[in-house]
Amino acid sequence: MSWFKKKDKAEKAQKANEDKNPEQEAPEVKAEEPAAQPEEAAPAEEDAPPASSRQEAGFGAKLKDKLAKTRDVLNTPIEDFFITKTELTEDSLEELEETLITADMGVNTVMDLMEPITEKVNKKQITNSKELRAALTDAMLDLIKPVHENKELPNKKPLVIMVVGVNGVGKTTTIGKLAANFKKQGKKVMLVAGDTFRAAAVEQLEIWAQRTGVQIVRHRDNSDPAAVAYDGVAAAEARGMDVVIIDTAGRLHTQVNLMEELKKIRRSCHKSLPGSPHETWLVIDANTGQNAVSQAKLFHEAIGVTGMVLTKVDGTAKGGIVVSICHDMDVPIRYIGLGEKAEDLREFEAREFIKALF
Amino acid sequence: MFESLSDRLGSVFKKLKGQGKLSEKNIQDGLKEVRLALLEADVHYKVVKTLIAAIKERAVGQEVLESLTPGQQVVKIVNEELTNLMGGANEEINLSGGHPASIMLVGLQGSGKTTTAGKLAVYLRGQGRKPYLVPVDVYRPAAIEQLTKIGKELSIPVYPSDTETKPEKIAELARIKCAQEGCDTMILDTAGRLHIDDELMAELGRIKATTPPSDILLVADAMTGQDAVNMAKAFNDAMDVGGVILTKMDGDARGGAALSIRSITGKPIKFIGTGEKSNAFEAFHPNRMASRILGMGDVMTLIEKAQDAVDVKKAAELEKKLRKSQFTLEDFKDQMVQVRKMGSLEDILSMIPGMGKSKHLKQLKGSDKEMIKIEAIINSMTLEERRNHSIINGSRRKRIAKGSGTTVTDVNQLLKNYTQVMKMMKKINKGGMKKMGRMLGL
Repeated sequence: MSWFKKKDKAEKAQKANEDKNPEQEAPEVKAEEPAAQPEEAAPAEEDAPPASSRQEAGFGAKLKDKLAKTRDVLNTPIEDFFITKTELTEDSLEELEETLITADMGVNTVMDLMEPITEKVNKKQITNSKELRAALTDAMLDLIKPVHENKELPNKKPLVIMVVGVNGVGKTTTIGKLAANFKKQGKKVMLVAGDTFRAAAVEQLEIWAQRTGVQIVRHRDNSDPAAVAYDGVAAAEARGMDVVIIDTAGRLHTQVNLMEELKKIRRSCHKSLPGSPHETWLVIDANTGQNAVSQAKLFHEAIGVTGMVLTKVDGTAKGGIVVSICHDMDVPIRYIGLGEKAEDLREFEAREFIKALF
Repeated sequence: MFESLSDRLGSVFKKLKGQGKLSEKNIQDGLKEVRLALLEADVHYKVVKTLIAAIKERAVGQEVLESLTPGQQVVKIVNEELTNLMGGANEEINLSGGHPASIMLVGLQGSGKTTTAGKLAVYLRGQGRKPYLVPVDVYRPAAIEQLTKIGKELSIPVYPSDTETKPEKIAELARIKCAQEGCDTMILDTAGRLHIDDELMAELGRIKATTPPSDILLVADAMTGQDAVNMAKAFNDAMDVGGVILTKMDGDARGGAALSIRSITGKPIKFIGTGEKSNAFEAFHPNRMASRILGMGDVMTLIEKAQDAVDVKKAAELEKKLRKSQFTLEDFKDQMVQVRKMGSLEDILSMIPGMGKSKHLKQLKGSDKEMIKIEAIINSMTLEERRNHSIINGSRRKRIAKGSGTTVTDVNQLLKNYTQVMKMMKKINKGGMKKMGRMLGL
């Protein structure tokens, strides 16, 4: 069964990673493994003991683990390029370009990155693939590192986080994972079921609330999401919650009415608790191509995005597009999602992420 | 930032159109732009490479047809290659064999399988079938509830699945229940899964084995990037899918994934999802899509939609008017009512040739509220004013604003947008819209 394999790989990857990442904080297992996991009953139960080792495996280990699976699938595994080829040729630069483009980095970003590097190669300042890799890594770090420095979450109680994104990117799942994550830090978490539109979205969030043992505020289906948000924030304040996470219905960024609805939700949060929502996180699916730029731009214009969560990074898609997004918009990536379980959420690490890209 | 692939290619070929002759060099420039545009549209790197090579081979050294400019010749070649790549005609869903017939929807998480299941059911019901929805996603929280609710809303029976039963068992039991319910077509909504998840991919195989499906449709998000090829290949290798449904086509995604998926799997795209409503679902027409990508508009789809909503005669008139640029404010208002039956105003306008390029179109786009406003303004005009907008002077504007409860600025805005649209249509006509239409078989 695949989860056995996953586990093995994770353990191996973790061992490999232990000395590499000593500073990596090792998140502890949640004290109470939620009992109610009807959907994944069988694997979840058996998975419980090894889950701890999996959790200790850092961000990098998990990424590498997922990458290992990816390797057989990808057409041009760039690591091969860096391992097998030392002499640089025109072809090797083109291959690199191809890898970056197929990681959804965006053709313009890739050309901007490659130009100075190509020049250095022509001037023989870069002569082998190791140097090439280092130069590219540095160039990409320059792009995204500054955005991620000193980006502590605001110290508010309750901290109100609104989660937005287009349909099917994984907002609700991400919220479930965030809830587990915050709870593990000893915080009191409340979820607000603001997706009153999609059939059974509220039920989906409720199951996550049960699983993670956090509170939830909900209204009836098709009620005004702004009203739910208002009540949710008010209830959280009254009950002394530390974190409130508001789910919203998926919407295409081009739908004017629905973007207006988001603004209204924001306004009603502010009415309920001045200054809130303190954080607005845009969830982006790693499978998304260049359209992510448009998504980020329009959501940002409408409601001011303060952070991003990149989901589904456990597949073969790399989500390279976020590199140019967080650079252009000066918005950090907070977390990346690596699976469907409560613990499959990692804080974003720029260097590790870049390593996985090429 | 270009809005769409058709915009991008439009501007590329505008450059080419300015050239008297087509030298090898300016084909190169043009092709470079095409390559960029295709990559930005998320067409896979390798697919782009193949496509560009094919276009180049055909373009260089081929005689330019007398009736065409060199630029048009390249447009023609690019269009043909895109059409070739996407397959000739629309391929219909396969419902043959097996009683009841069954259709399996497979795909990544969040690609829109459950929503599509509801839409497909409505579509099949429209074709006289009796659909039966079967949720076999026992993993995602509340997935079964979601499909059950959708079925209830659409009055389509849903198999009462539970999360304790194995998906293949559900499929087997549902098959019996489907016949008992008097239905003839099962739609199996499977769980979203990663194509590299061996265990879950094997599960799909087991479901397939228990209910030999008439058709297996891969549901893919139109916004998918370069990884579309890996995903599509893996699903196709594992399941031998019969076709593809491309969802979320109503956004501003350039949809290059369509080309990638088609090219890597050789399987046709059968449907596209174009919105949240249950009727926002249409058959995919490769030739039309190619034209759409090339900025030729999508007159055919527009006409077809109009035929569904309006009567045929009116549709024919509309087409004639659109082509002749005799689209008066009165027609605009007339259509306004019909438009709502056809879909959003934005949809309709974007199908009109050249509209996709208009930046002013954006001002016409927007909420239903704005549509009501526009309708009110036109309603407050006299018939004469509607037929000949140029007579609308200052005092008429004031009157119209008062009558419609809007401001003079609103009226001005509408007129400005309208004249710009008209100007553009004229330009398109002059630029050989008809010629191009004929050339592309429109």
